[in-house]
Parts: sequence; C-alpha cells; structure tokens
Amino acid sequence: MLIDVLSIILIVAGAAFFLAGTVGMLRFPDVYSRLHALTKGDNAGLGLMVIGLALQVESLAVIGKLVLIWLLVLLAGATASHLIARSSIKRNIKPWSRK
Amino acid sequence: MSAGMVFDGLLVIITLWLAWASLASRDLFRGIVLFIAFGLVLAMIWVRLGAPDVGLAEAAIGAGLTGALLLATWGRLPRPEAAEEMERPEPTMVYPDRLNEPGIMLRIVVGSALVAIIAAIGWVLLAPAVAPGLTDTVGEKLAVSGAENPVTAVLLNFRGYDTLLEIAVLTAALVGVWALGPAPKVAHATPSPVLLGLNATLLPLLVIICAYLLWVGKAYPGGAFQAGAVLAAAGVLLILSGGRPKIPMSLKPLRWAAVVGLAVFLGVALAVMFGGRHFLEYPDGMAGGLILFIEIAATISIAVILALMFVGGRPEDES
Repeated sequence: MLIDVLSIILIVAGAAFFLAGTVGMLRFPDVYSRLHALTKGDNAGLGLMVIGLALQVESLAVIGKLVLIWLLVLLAGATASHLIARSSIKRNIKPWSRK
Repeated sequence: MSAGMVFDGLLVIITLWLAWASLASRDLFRGIVLFIAFGLVLAMIWVRLGAPDVGLAEAAIGAGLTGALLLATWGRLPRPEAAEEMERPEPTMVYPDRLNEPGIMLRIVVGSALVAIIAAIGWVLLAPAVAPGLTDTVGEKLAVSGAENPVTAVLLNFRGYDTLLEIAVLTAALVGVWALGPAPKVAHATPSPVLLGLNATLLPLLVIICAYLLWVGKAYPGGAFQAGAVLAAAGVLLILSGGRPKIPMSLKPLRWAAVVGLAVFLGVALAVMFGGRHFLEYPDGMAGGLILFIEIAATISIAVILALMFVGGRPEDES
C-alpha cells in the first residue's frame, strides 16, 4: 500500500519533469537553452519513472531491464544533445542573450 | 470508461493528428520528424493491440530505419536557403494568391470524412467482441510448427511463402538502389569523440540485442526482421560516425551477405521437395532447426540490406 503511494508519487514527479522539459523546449529562445530544458526533463523524469515502476515489479531481472533502458536513454540523449549543440556551433548559431 | 480506453482514445487522436501534420507540413524536415513520431505512436498502438512483434518491427523499421532513410534523402536534396532556414523555424513558403486554397466544399467533404473515420474507429474500439480469426487454428497446430511464438510459427511455417517473398522484395530493392548509381561521396568530417564513445558502448550491445531478439523469436516476440533491424541500426550508426572498419573491404562479402537470406530460404524451401513434400513443407521434427537456420541467414541479409540502403547507392569496391 505504502509502496503503491510511493510509486504514484515518483511517477507523477517524473511526469512533471517531462512536462517542464516540454514546456521549456517549446518556450525557450534558442537551441542551446532548449536542449538544456529537454535533457534535464528526460533524464530526471525517466529516472523517477523507472524507480516508480521498479517498486511495482517482482523480479530482479525486470528491474535490471528497466535500469538498463534508463541508462541507454541517458547515453543516447546526452550524445544526441551534444551532437545537436556541436553542429549548431559549427553553423555559427549564436547563443541567445538578453541584450 | 476505463483508464485504458482513455489512453487508447488519446493514442488514436495523437496518431491521426501526427499523420495529418506530417502530410500537411510544408517544411520537409518537420514532416519527416513528425513521421518518425507517428511511427513510434503507431508502435505503441500495436503493443496495446497485443501485437508486440509488430510493434517492435514498426518501431525499428517503420520509425527508426525509414526515418533514417528519409533524413538521408532530405540531406541530399538541394537546399539553396539552408542557412536561412536554420534561423527561421517557421516555414516561409507563401502562396502568391488564393488559387491553391482548397474550396469550402472540399473542406466540408474532407472534414466529414475525417469525422466519419474517427467515429468508425471509436465504434470499433467500443465494440464488445472481436472475431477470433485464425487464432484457434494456429494454436492447435503450434506444437508441430517448430516455434512456440505463434507469430513466428505463422511467419516462417504456416505462411512461409509470404515471408520468403518479403525477403525477395527487400533484396530486389537493394538491387534497384545499386542499379541507380554509385553511393554519394561523403565529406569526411572528424566525428565527435562523444559519438565515438557512444559507438564503443552501443555497437557491442546492439549485436547482443540482435542475437537475443533472434533467439527469443522462437518463443517470444522477436525474430529475424526485428533482429536484422537492430543490427542495421548498428550499421547506420557506424556509417554516420564515419568509422568504417579500416580493413580493405571488397564488395564481394557484402553482396553475399545481402543475398544469403533469400538463397537459404529458397534453398530450404526447394530442398524439402526431394522427400516428395510440397514447396516449404518442413519435414516432421525438423521445422525448429530449419526455421532457426533460415532466420539466422535472413537476419544477416535484412541487416546488410537495410544498412546499405542508408548508404544510398552502390558502394565503391575498395579491394
């Protein structure tokens, strides 16, 4: 029972991170700040959801798979956003700043 | 109304919206990205329908590799205003007059058609019973099929003919791509060390996942197409990062790898006829081994074909 409540809290918190990341991606002024918002939301949001889901499963193997998925998304997300930022710099896109 | 139904309804709306947005987008790049998102949501729908095999294939081939192919094509299209576009995320195409605007009647017709489609889908979703189809028949014969996963049993035994032709279509498509001309020369940029680091972790893992998917396909969702798509993704990653193996590679092994799936499938299908059986009629007790044999060859071919399509032309012979 307590575990269920904990799961719900963690998953809702994860969803809040995703929502914040999405709002950030839509509202932030340039590509760099959008990447910043998106990756924070994805990594922390998915991590919270994985913990919340891991509390609900019986076998260690499934927990291992969930954690593996999270690690792979961390790796892929970090690399992809690095590559986007790198190519943006190469295209001379200036970071946004308040004049 | 259960929570599952609300979720399914949302999926339907999102899928239809993504499909429409992808088609209607005036910016090609945006259309492609929306198409990839569409493929992922479609894969979720397959999972919700209890067809994780199709879901896996849709996510890997429909969204992943087709998306990569579309993006590669987009990269080769002439774009005179490329630099300008980067600054302006909004599409800038403006019609000079209203000639291209659809008329009010057309809008009403298309709108009504969409409403009818949504209503029909809603009706199907709410309908109580679904016709069982051939599920029971497949279940009865599963024991003699050589596979415990009914999808694999259907794909490689009961309807092996269809799968054989699918692989033939893939092989023919690669022949077509190669016939169109040599692969475009890619400017060699130094890949980011971070990307190389990702490769070092991901490529071995992708090979393991490919073998795993191939092996579990016998009893659980997975199989040659999913495994081949994962291996092809590893190939695409390798091609994208410019890190081709530094061995003098001739085209010959690639050619063999591309046709081995079709050749083995066809060979097995014909070889069983010597015992007086029909085309593709596996001998009793040998179905499991033969299916695995065919699937291993098919996985290699599917991976090589999909990755070589991403190259976009006949690779230069480097021998």
